[in-house]
Amino acid sequence: MTTARLQLPARIVEGDVFKLRLLVQHPMDSGFLRDLEGVLVKRNVIRHLQCIFHDKEVFRVEPTTGTSANPLFEFYLRATKSGELYFRWVDDKGYIGELRQKLVIEPANQSKAPKP
Amino acid sequence: MLFSLSRRDCLSRFLKASVGVWGMGSGMSHAQDMSVLGRVQDMTDARLRQFDEMIAPYVVRQPVKQGGITLSLPMLADNGHLVPLSLKVDSPMTEESHVTHIYVISQRNPVPLMAMFVLGPWNGRAELSMRVRLSGTQMVVVLARMSDGTFRYETQEVVVTEAACIDNG
Repeated sequence: MTTARLQLPARIVEGDVFKLRLLVQHPMDSGFLRDLEGVLVKRNVIRHLQCIFHDKEVFRVEPTTGTSANPLFEFYLRATKSGELYFRWVDDKGYIGELRQKLVIEPANQSKAPKP
Repeated sequence: MLFSLSRRDCLSRFLKASVGVWGMGSGMSHAQDMSVLGRVQDMTDARLRQFDEMIAPYVVRQPVKQGGITLSLPMLADNGHLVPLSLKVDSPMTEESHVTHIYVISQRNPVPLMAMFVLGPWNGRAELSMRVRLSGTQMVVVLARMSDGTFRYETQEVVVTEAACIDNG
């Protein structure tokens, strides 16, 4: 069972380039280490992780054994319009992890309005 | 280098010999110990790859030049299991000119490619952060493929005091 957490800026305005931090809980067993009984732990790493926004792949990473346990990825996105971010990842055991996150993007003109 | 190699050789021989003498009585566990030792030895002795060899699987006769990437890694990493790596490629990230792929490659790890990223103009900024595993002191190469088919790279040396892949961490 793996879970993930996503960190977003508090307020995103249309046209902004904003940062996303995704932390996935996964052991990322490299297949080179042994457990306490000396038995080789089978390789189990995330094969690919993608981020889909408005039915389009906007970010994709293919980690290997060289990626640390509980991988953390930071990347940027350009804000267009509100929607749902959908993360999906598959590991060597065939487990499919998912994360859905509502993304609210404020229209640009609204933010430019002078404060009363 | 020559000295350290011969020293390591001596040490490993001495260690194996002593394990042999000491473990005479208990055959089974000693055999297991030996295999672990052998494995550890293999990992720490992993050959350092040549730069051309590292980028060869990703570059086929396209121009490759150094620069245009800011790579930040600690100079000294105490723990090879978790080394923070962040990189930034100088690119406007527009439809005409953007970064399509980023490869993070290790010189010494048993699996050279540490991660591959796919980016596009929708990212707005070619900046990434991740955490990598490093099996010993080595050079890390970041290779970026631009939308016009050219490649850029940047390298950095990292000193790793405790390598990944060798303990039961």
